[in-house]
Amino acid sequence: MVVSQPLLSVNGLKVEYWTRRGKVRAVEDVSFTIDKGETMGIVGESGCGKSTLGLSLMRLVPFPGRIVKGKIWLKGRDVLRFSANEMRNLRGKDISYVFQDPMTSLNPVKKVGAHFVELIRAHEPKVSEKDAVVRTRKLLKDVGIQSDRIGDYPHQLSGGMRQRVMIALAIALNPSLVIADEPTTALDVIVQAKILDLLNALRDAYGMALVLITHDLSIVLERSDKIIVMYAGHMVEYARSEDIYRNPQHPYTQGLLKAIPNVELDEQTLDAIAGFPPDLLDLPKGCRFWPRCYCAEKGCREEEPPLVNTEPGHYVRCGKYKEGE
Amino acid sequence: MDKPKFRKGMLSSIIPGLSLLSQRGLAGWLVVLGFIMVVSIVTMTAISPWVAPYDPSALIGKPLMSPNSQFLFGTNDLGQDVFSRVLSGGGIMLEVSILSVIICLLIGVPLGLFSSYAGGLVDRFFCLIMDSIYAFPGLVLAIAIAAMLGRGVTNMALSIAVVYVPSYFRVIRSQVLSIKEMPYVEAANAAGAKGRTILSRYIFPNVVPSIVVVATVNFADAILTAAGLTFIGLGVSPGIPDWGWDLTNGRRLLSSGTWWVIAYPGLMIILLALGFTLMGEGLSEMANPRLRE
Amino acid sequence: MVFILLTMIFLVIRVLPGDPVMLHFEKQENPDLMDQMRRRLGLDKPLWIQYFDYMFGLFRGNLGESMEDYSSVGQQIFSAFPATLELAIFSMVVAVSIGIFLGVEASKGYGKTRDNVIRVFGIVTYAIPVFFLGMVFQMVFGLGLHWLPVGLRLPPRLDPPSGLTIGSVHFSTGLYTVDSLFEGNIYKFVEAIRYLALPSLTLGLVLSGVFIRLTRSNMFETLRLDYVTAARARGLSESKVTYGYALRNAFLPVLTMMGLQFATLLGGAILTETTFSWPGLGRYIVDRINFRDYTAIQGAVVVFGIFVSFVSLVVDLLYAYLDPRIRL
Repeated sequence: MVVSQPLLSVNGLKVEYWTRRGKVRAVEDVSFTIDKGETMGIVGESGCGKSTLGLSLMRLVPFPGRIVKGKIWLKGRDVLRFSANEMRNLRGKDISYVFQDPMTSLNPVKKVGAHFVELIRAHEPKVSEKDAVVRTRKLLKDVGIQSDRIGDYPHQLSGGMRQRVMIALAIALNPSLVIADEPTTALDVIVQAKILDLLNALRDAYGMALVLITHDLSIVLERSDKIIVMYAGHMVEYARSEDIYRNPQHPYTQGLLKAIPNVELDEQTLDAIAGFPPDLLDLPKGCRFWPRCYCAEKGCREEEPPLVNTEPGHYVRCGKYKEGE
Repeated sequence: MDKPKFRKGMLSSIIPGLSLLSQRGLAGWLVVLGFIMVVSIVTMTAISPWVAPYDPSALIGKPLMSPNSQFLFGTNDLGQDVFSRVLSGGGIMLEVSILSVIICLLIGVPLGLFSSYAGGLVDRFFCLIMDSIYAFPGLVLAIAIAAMLGRGVTNMALSIAVVYVPSYFRVIRSQVLSIKEMPYVEAANAAGAKGRTILSRYIFPNVVPSIVVVATVNFADAILTAAGLTFIGLGVSPGIPDWGWDLTNGRRLLSSGTWWVIAYPGLMIILLALGFTLMGEGLSEMANPRLRE
Repeated sequence: MVFILLTMIFLVIRVLPGDPVMLHFEKQENPDLMDQMRRRLGLDKPLWIQYFDYMFGLFRGNLGESMEDYSSVGQQIFSAFPATLELAIFSMVVAVSIGIFLGVEASKGYGKTRDNVIRVFGIVTYAIPVFFLGMVFQMVFGLGLHWLPVGLRLPPRLDPPSGLTIGSVHFSTGLYTVDSLFEGNIYKFVEAIRYLALPSLTLGLVLSGVFIRLTRSNMFETLRLDYVTAARARGLSESKVTYGYALRNAFLPVLTMMGLQFATLLGGAILTETTFSWPGLGRYIVDRINFRDYTAIQGAVVVFGIFVSFVSLVVDLLYAYLDPRIRL
């Protein structure tokens, strides 16, 4: 499975929010690659920077955030150097985004169909309205929505359907990469599974790469090829999902795995990770995880550990490990 | 025993405010800038009798001379030195606005405090009157009143004051209404404090910041309104140098291209009004900072 | 509340310092003449009766008689009113347009130079006396550059447009722009606009500050909403996102503000009309003041008051209609 060039290659990404109270270091020193058709899972607690990371891939980080350092290569071109026009072209067409809350992400005064027509004609102005509607119907069918819903307003749809609409909008122009930010958090459990299956099916059908941002490790263990574990803005572990499952190296990852409730065991108390994530304005010295780490040593409190490559394709940021394990 | 403490309390709520100026960033700078502008103009007007090169009312030069080395801003149609007139012309406006603000404070503040604290029919009565005045186009009302009263500084100040009292009333009223419900006022009441005492010791000191803001903005409006009244002919008799009068007079000279007669006085009015406006903006931002993240 | 207003106006004019008639004549002239005027205008009756006459007169549409020549004040006002209406409408349009445009521009670059410059602009324009700005414009655009006329409503020898004629029924609004369109006379239309340009620009500019601030803060809130970011994520152009999505939300507050600012607009109109010799209600009042025609002044002030109340009412109704039914 050799691909000549990864679809997306991120190197040393650093994103900060410059607020009045100081610089919030939301994403720091993140590097990874995604190949064509791969699924990448980004996992972490709220506030760990995963959403910011996702938004930064499309340069949609809201003010006062800014991408301070790093490179983002999409199909060999540096996205951070794109002009406004090129970005506009890129968004929705090469990379698309599925937002967390479909209720607030759809325009409440626009009909469902109108969203699609607007999108299609924004990128392909020569398409007639009639053709755009035809394509819309097909897209709705692909995501499992009856096409007569095309004239409804967003508030007339259920949560699951709205999310499907968002997904349909995301795949409408056949992008190479779809970023889904907590696509199921706003939905109930049964619908969650369906949506995730849908995403996978679409990925296979359209051959696109998928980024799944979530706080739920169990989702990405099953459905993604590679996983990034984020903590307090840092990438603490990055490996193929089998490797994460088989050999979780970072204490945080281990904690996350242990916290996944297992239906098959009889009794179980939930093993949560004690403590709270740090304030990104006021980070502790040394490793950002040490206050909650079960095996923190003196060195961990002093120096921020670098990202090291322990086994092929497996990277970890923890004081316990050295290069090559 | 309590009285001296509270007088100090009121002052200290304003003075530390001054020291907080630079801390509050942009808002603080606005206030400082506005303050400097206002103070400079006031000073300029005050010292003008000694500093002005010529007597502003004297027909000292050839009429309608454009700015030159002898007459910095040129002369007007009567041969008066525009520069000297500019230096001393702010007097009337300042007098009028100060007077109107004082009147407003004397009438609007007690009325606002009293009415909102008393509540009931009394409150509704005053509210009705105040709202009616407030809803009416301000300048029109001022013009009407000034037309009836005639010329003169006091009359101008009165007409402006009548128009602006409702603003004070409203602001104070909304403040009082919210403070009235606070626990410490209830506690004072329960302890048997008289209405008057509560008003003066608890409510009034907290209302002061808002009053300062309203008064500052009022100053700016008063200046512009005074200028407007003068322009219509309801100002003071033309003897005393006054920017507003210069503008009115200079209007006839426009077609001959003599811009300096109106440009400089006009500019001064703008600067004075702007100074107060900036102060008002800065102060109101300091009093209730806008959430902007 | 209108009732209170009218009463107030009465008080101001009649009750304030003494006798309007005496003021009218300034010096103690022929007492017979003064009595004659008093009787003719009904000013010799006791105050109560005067008040009732005034109120009932208003209901019937009688605004009194001018002290100058006993002609109907109502008539005079009626003929001057449309000019002010036209000026008011155009000025408001100018103010709102400038306000929205600059407000949007400012909100795009929060805290950056563009934003601060626009904010300062908004504050400064408010501090400029309307008539001063008017004179500056007259000098620059009228006399200096000869682009636009500086006074009146139409070129001297041009007759005002006659409006709509259906058969023998004649209908004119008094608004020269509208009337000339009704008449189909493009030349008059253009001229009317040319003469409107400077006065409405002056008044509109001074008023725009409020709208700039309002639009700006509104846009801030809206531009941060999720569906705006989502629209951007779909690659929609900035202008579509700004104007199509975000601006919709600013619409209602702007409407409300228009109603609130109307009173200020009329006040400014008086000064503007004087500066530009615009034959409207404002200039009428100033005229009458110079002539000490107090009954006429009273009538005009009443009309102003009623006009403002009417507009507030319309805005309130419009708001109630637009708000719960459609979430624009």
